[in-house]
Amino acid sequence: MATAEWTVRGIVRRMLPVLIVLTAIELGSGIILDTFEGTLLRYPTLLVLVPVTIGMAGNLGSILAARLSTALHLGLLSFDAADERLAGNAVATIALAVTVFPLVGAGAWLLQTVVGRTALPLGTVVAVALMSGVVLAVLAVAVTTITTYAAYRFELDPDDVVIPVVTNVCDVLGVLVLFGAVRVLVGG
Amino acid sequence: MTVREVAVEAYREALPVLALSAVGGLFAGVVLGGMDAELKRVAGLLVLVPALLATRGNVYGSLGARLGSALHQGLVDPTFSTDDERVNAAVAAALANGVLVSGVAAVLTVALLTALGRPAASLGTFVAIALTAGLISGVVLTVAVVSVVFVGYRRGLNPDTLAGPVVTTTGDVVGVATLLVATRLVLALGGG
Repeated sequence: MATAEWTVRGIVRRMLPVLIVLTAIELGSGIILDTFEGTLLRYPTLLVLVPVTIGMAGNLGSILAARLSTALHLGLLSFDAADERLAGNAVATIALAVTVFPLVGAGAWLLQTVVGRTALPLGTVVAVALMSGVVLAVLAVAVTTITTYAAYRFELDPDDVVIPVVTNVCDVLGVLVLFGAVRVLVGG
Repeated sequence: MTVREVAVEAYREALPVLALSAVGGLFAGVVLGGMDAELKRVAGLLVLVPALLATRGNVYGSLGARLGSALHQGLVDPTFSTDDERVNAAVAAALANGVLVSGVAAVLTVALLTALGRPAASLGTFVAIALTAGLISGVVLTVAVVSVVFVGYRRGLNPDTLAGPVVTTTGDVVGVATLLVATRLVLALGGG
């Protein structure tokens, strides 16, 4: 694989175009944030929830991507629904989301309470976080598997391509899913 | 390994780091919430936030993954040394990428906001803020990534599980904090 070429020029030339495309995608989620600015200011708890939801979505994807990339480098992975590594990592991703996201919701509520502004009840914030987390975990598994498979098929180094693509797509999905959950559970 | 064994191992490895990164993300949120004055003064700055935070994760996450895979494959010595050409090249490339992409993000943000007819601060202000934030955060994150990957590997932890979330966590907090510092600096020097 391409890990043989470890020069500054080589790494920059391979990564920079990908990074610029990903930045353009991220600006899409920036524009969505800009559009929803009114909702964010009306429910300040959601403003605290924004970076952590985006971050956790990217994290779930990037852990999975890093594990699959190394398995691919070591020749331990096959793209088959019955592959133990693929299935086991997918199950772990969902379980991690169900564990961590309710705590994230409670944490955001608590920090807002400490700062002195609480616009939404605890139960609502936890429900928004949990719903976002489960939907994002499923999406993260799908995006990561497809991207790793594409890197494998096109013989690209998964370290260069998969983690950036997965993290950014999950970031944008994070903003969209969060506002979807807010629409369903809070309204407005 | 069975599916269950793989799942349990992946879950156990990832949970502590994910929990830590959740805490980091919440603090980044609190800092962002306290930036409302700067967000109002530099029209359109909120649009740049996800792109800058993601760039931190992308560039330095990739650096961590690259070093992690190289350690697994035995291409890089587990004892960190400034003489290692591979490590030096990877670090220099990450810094170059981080600063360049921050500048591109600033230009694209102004272009996009102008095309949509939304209010935007001047191009010079955006570029100055993005480059300053990119440089400061790059240095901080490089030190964090290299330390975590090498120390973690030597202690028998899997750098693949460590690098991503540690980068995203410190990336978010460092990203928002350096954006705040850079914005205040540029505003104090007459931008806006």
